[in-house]
Amino acid sequence: MAESATGGAGVAAPAALIRVRGVAKTYRAAEGDVQSLLPLDFDIRQGEFLSVVGPSGCGKSTLLKLIAGLLPVSHGVIDIAGQQVDGPAPGIGIVFQNHVLLAWRTVLQNVMLQIEVRKLPRESGLEHARKLIDMVGLNGFENKFPWQLSGGMQQRASICRALVHDPAILLMDEPFGALDAMTREKMNLELQRIWAAARKTVLLITHSIPESIFLSDRVLVMTERPGAIAAIYDVALPRPRTLAMMGSPEFARLAQTIRGHFYSQGTLDH
Amino acid sequence: MPVPRPWPRRLVESEAARPLILIVVIFVLWDMVIRLFRIPPYLIPTPLSVAGMLVTEWPRLLREGLITGYATLGGFALSILLGIPIAMLIAYSRLVESYVYPLLVFSQSIPKIAIAPLFVVWFGFGIFPKVISAFLLGFFPVVVATVMGFKSMEPEMIDLARSMRASRWQMFMKFSLPQALPSIFSGLKVSATLAVVGAVVGEFVGSNSGIGYLLQIANGNFDLPLMFAALFVLSMMGVLLFGVVELAEKLMIPWHQSRRGDAVGLAV
Repeated sequence: MAESATGGAGVAAPAALIRVRGVAKTYRAAEGDVQSLLPLDFDIRQGEFLSVVGPSGCGKSTLLKLIAGLLPVSHGVIDIAGQQVDGPAPGIGIVFQNHVLLAWRTVLQNVMLQIEVRKLPRESGLEHARKLIDMVGLNGFENKFPWQLSGGMQQRASICRALVHDPAILLMDEPFGALDAMTREKMNLELQRIWAAARKTVLLITHSIPESIFLSDRVLVMTERPGAIAAIYDVALPRPRTLAMMGSPEFARLAQTIRGHFYSQGTLDH
Repeated sequence: MPVPRPWPRRLVESEAARPLILIVVIFVLWDMVIRLFRIPPYLIPTPLSVAGMLVTEWPRLLREGLITGYATLGGFALSILLGIPIAMLIAYSRLVESYVYPLLVFSQSIPKIAIAPLFVVWFGFGIFPKVISAFLLGFFPVVVATVMGFKSMEPEMIDLARSMRASRWQMFMKFSLPQALPSIFSGLKVSATLAVVGAVVGEFVGSNSGIGYLLQIANGNFDLPLMFAALFVLSMMGVLLFGVVELAEKLMIPWHQSRRGDAVGLAV
């Protein structure tokens, strides 16, 4: 099912790792079919950080689940490194909206769950898990249970779990939505650091415009339901980015442009 | 300077002592009511005469109590062995649920005392009809709680397991089962006390042994102190079984919310 390389957006850049071609999603409901996503076409490049922003219910989480192979597409094709997605692919790590840490496992055991379930070698897994826990600043908390941690720490542990099997792709579904504003900014800095160190291809679903600009190479803006691509913006800010950059005129201009999409649609997503 | 608290205060603040204190208070009130309203002993015996009966009739109470205890344990064990697998089938299969669940609820509405004599007709006077009766009462709470436990898995957790490409077996062992355990245990606690009741119901309708039988004899002889003593033994049995289930819960799910105060809290 491989399409020719010229079928893409035609941007001269690193090769596309994830290719989304004519992908649409329709839900079957009691009152008839509900169109959740209109046909979408875009690529995510190797090593890229791409954010998807859009109003609530525009189908951005659905898009993530389609790429993760957790939901079947209704139309179109998604392929990852040339392999068509038809079920959860091996090289993917997901961070969910809620931390979904298992209450009966400690932080380290929760991270190791990924290794156990995938039946990967335990020794090297443990080593990697400890390294990740160290990287996100959870050292000293390995043997704590999830309920003994703060919200930010819980989400950090779940990021470790998503990375421990060294996936090429990290999918994040509004991972910081449940955190307070200050913790969220801290987590954004942290995530930038992790991304720079681990060099993953990241797809971040968010409804925070500043968060998407701060972290991303490109920001994909979606329309209201049924979701379609309104625009894709390149973020030209240099890396590593600092929180101070959020006050720069470039940042403000881009945020204003993206926000314009939502105002023009008459919706205001917080 | 910390002033050592006087012992009555410490006694009241010790959690283990609280139910005992309440029992003492009830006993005193009981005795006072009998004296105050001059209630004749053939209506309500005095606490002292019941206590006396407990001491003098202890060998007999213990013997009959053990018989009821075996029937209770048998019924309780059956409730677990059959209840949990059936609940799992109901939780995992729409088809089984639609066939079995309504019938199960329907069967629970039948008064067990009404059908208990039937078991005597079928199975005779041995321990078997009592076990069946204990099982019939203890079974339903286990099923309901277990079904709820297995069904209460968050969709995100299922997505997490699927994203890890968990097999059905892994899904069950690593996610569903631990997740369902707290709920299963709350069902077991209800079931434990009901199994005692079930065993006694079995003994009421057709038996020549056990606490239920003793209760009937005492009732026939208007031997109220013996009756109350038998009831006391029965209650203790329920408490004991409940305690064992709680201990198992403490050991198996130390991570659960209800346990965070003690077991795991020490690790903080």
